[in-house]
Amino acid sequence: MKALSQKRRHPLAAIALLLMGLLITGGLYAAATTVNEAKASTTSYSADDVEEGGKLFAANCATCHGMGASGSGAGPSLVGVGAAAVDFQVGTGRMPMQMNGPQALEKPVQFNDEQTRQLAAYVASLGAGPAVPEESLLDEGGDAAAGGELFRTNCAMCHNAAAAGGALTRGKFAPALADVSGKHIYEAMVTGPQNMPVFSDSNITPEGKRDIITFLKQIETTGSPGGADLGSLGPVAEGLFVWVAGLGVIIAFTIWLTSRTS
Amino acid sequence: MSAASTAEPAFAAKTKAGRFTDFVDSRVGGSGILREFGRKVFPDHWSFMFGEVALYSFVILLLSGTFLTFFFDPSMAETHYDGSYVPLKGVEMSVAYNSSLDISFDVRGGLFMRQVHHWAALLFVASIAVHMLRVFFTGAFRRPREMNWVVGGVLLILAMAAGFTGYSLPDDLLSGNGLRIIDGVIKSIPVIGTYISFFLFGGEFPGTAIIGRLYVLHILLVPALILLMIVLHLFMVVIHKHTQYPGPGRNDNNVVGYPLGPVYAAKAGGFFFIVFGVLALMAGFFTINPIWNYGPYDPSPVSAGTQPDWYIGFVDGALRLMPGTLGDWQVEQDWFGYVFSFNVLLPALVPAGILFTVMFMYPWIERWITKDDREHHVLDRPRNAPTRTAIGMAGFVWYCVMWAAAGSDLIATHFSVSLNDVTYWLRALFFIGPIIAFIVTKRVALALQRKDREIALHGRETGRIVRLPHGEFIEVHAPLDEYKRYKLVGFESPEVLPAMPNEHGVVTRKEKRRAFLSKWFFEDRVAPATPAELEAAHGHGHAAVEAPEEAKSLSH
Repeated sequence: MKALSQKRRHPLAAIALLLMGLLITGGLYAAATTVNEAKASTTSYSADDVEEGGKLFAANCATCHGMGASGSGAGPSLVGVGAAAVDFQVGTGRMPMQMNGPQALEKPVQFNDEQTRQLAAYVASLGAGPAVPEESLLDEGGDAAAGGELFRTNCAMCHNAAAAGGALTRGKFAPALADVSGKHIYEAMVTGPQNMPVFSDSNITPEGKRDIITFLKQIETTGSPGGADLGSLGPVAEGLFVWVAGLGVIIAFTIWLTSRTS
Repeated sequence: MSAASTAEPAFAAKTKAGRFTDFVDSRVGGSGILREFGRKVFPDHWSFMFGEVALYSFVILLLSGTFLTFFFDPSMAETHYDGSYVPLKGVEMSVAYNSSLDISFDVRGGLFMRQVHHWAALLFVASIAVHMLRVFFTGAFRRPREMNWVVGGVLLILAMAAGFTGYSLPDDLLSGNGLRIIDGVIKSIPVIGTYISFFLFGGEFPGTAIIGRLYVLHILLVPALILLMIVLHLFMVVIHKHTQYPGPGRNDNNVVGYPLGPVYAAKAGGFFFIVFGVLALMAGFFTINPIWNYGPYDPSPVSAGTQPDWYIGFVDGALRLMPGTLGDWQVEQDWFGYVFSFNVLLPALVPAGILFTVMFMYPWIERWITKDDREHHVLDRPRNAPTRTAIGMAGFVWYCVMWAAAGSDLIATHFSVSLNDVTYWLRALFFIGPIIAFIVTKRVALALQRKDREIALHGRETGRIVRLPHGEFIEVHAPLDEYKRYKLVGFESPEVLPAMPNEHGVVTRKEKRRAFLSKWFFEDRVAPATPAELEAAHGHGHAAVEAPEEAKSLSH
């Protein structure tokens, strides 16, 4: 301790202190983020998958994402995005991207399940990241009511309370969630595609995510108890309907009632 | 004399029903009332029926609303849902929301009645709006009906108040968000806003009092005021008699149409059931305000696509259009230690204030400009009052721009355009839209008048080309019959009224302003064809060709 106190006015002491602080912060952050990572990594990929995926990647993705997925001016680096991100982006047809725009749009899927898996294996081999979720988290057996509360607090401001989608700035939008598979919903939450924030496991636990999926699937199967839902878009759709259909029919009747006169 | 009349039995009813009606009639004089009302003449035109639609919607609102009060509990006490709707089971919520869900899922016919009530509310305000547009564009607000125009305007505001207080009652997330916006608008009122808000909500928003208070307003005060205004409104309709569209034999001293009884009363009574039927079908097949989607109110979440019902939409739209900064100037200002939130205050109160002020004052504005103090019972066709029609369309477009802005997010997603661009365009249209609408409408109205004049003078184009003996080709114009021609020529066309000196021989500044506005109103005018012009037009050139046409039309 004496040596330490004697050296405390050394010219390099400040630098050493700074270095120490940075190391601790960085180390703690790294530890914290790895704790937060969705580590549901049960799918083990073979070396073959990785190799095949590498070939597919070089042929279809490297133009924008660069050789070795290190990124280029046209697309971000994919090191560390994990298998979940690939499975979501490629599995919903968003990647390979059709054209540049405010955001990548869903379109018919370009690769079969096997190829998607190989691509995921390749990207997962480049660095640790969220894996494709286990079946047990997607079985829709969670608590729908709890999922509903989580959905309204975390998701509804963009996706709409009835998951009918909503607008974001400058042409971007949060899509409607009907017909999206539970797996893709889960992957979207852990990877945060496009403008969506990442909901890490410390933010919403895997069980919470399972509840959200349960809720979404439940309202989808329940349908609309009150009749046609008019797109679940709220008062704008209702107002449009009453003005066009409601008043339209009423006007037709008024014309009929007054038609036999001068 | 009276002894003589009581001595002789005037009427002895033979049937039971006859005795009963005679009993009533001899005590309350029902036949006199019936005679008076039964002979009240109503002109028939489809556009005259929107007031009726509003009235019937109100009756349906009272009926369905009464049903809902049997089951609704306006308490903000906390409870846990234990009803039939699984996705909300066990969720903590207010008793008000809980009972709204019970009405929707566990009361027989409850969801249907809720939907009837809500659709009827939307139709109520919509039919009032269309009715007012009809009254405005046909000039039915002119003497003697200015006061009734004001009563109608008050009814519109009351209808909006009824709608908004009702919209908030289920205490779901959507209505709570709407209430929060109202709270924000109230708080933006300088100095006293916070006090008013605390007074209204019984403390900081949302508190535990507001649903009960809104409920009392919604089922007691507002409907009572609406009822009072409806009575006044109809009373004045009876006093003034109904207006009529111009036509042969119609003038300011008569009303041409059907008497109320029996045909018109039957039609009107039947129309009530038609309106009820249409609303019932809408309620049965189309969901409205699915409160179970929105979840219980919680001040933290705000769902995408949060909008008020359509009639409050224009205020919401104005709020959405308002920028937070103008150049470098922050719209929100801190003066004398108080925050002045002009970014909320201006859009929430100013456009609505302008719209309603101009609307209420318009009959007097036009009366002042035209110096027209005569009674009018014959309506104007909108084209025959081009400037008024243009003013109306300017206001209508201004309203619609704000209205559209309330759905800016849905415009963006459904037409795949940028939300920012929608906002920029609507901001521009907020200012230039009314101007374009004014100019275009006025020109269209004048063009239609010219077309009318042309047809009155030269008849309708038949598309039949005739070659005359000397080789000239002409198109045969079929002359109109007198009834149709009357409609095209028999209207008033006021001219510019120049400034006049008053009794002291002085032309006041106010009079000069009036004269300026009069010029602005009437300088572009297409005069109706005069009898002399008609005579001249029919006397010229192709009379010989037209003659056989005329002979034909006479023969059938």
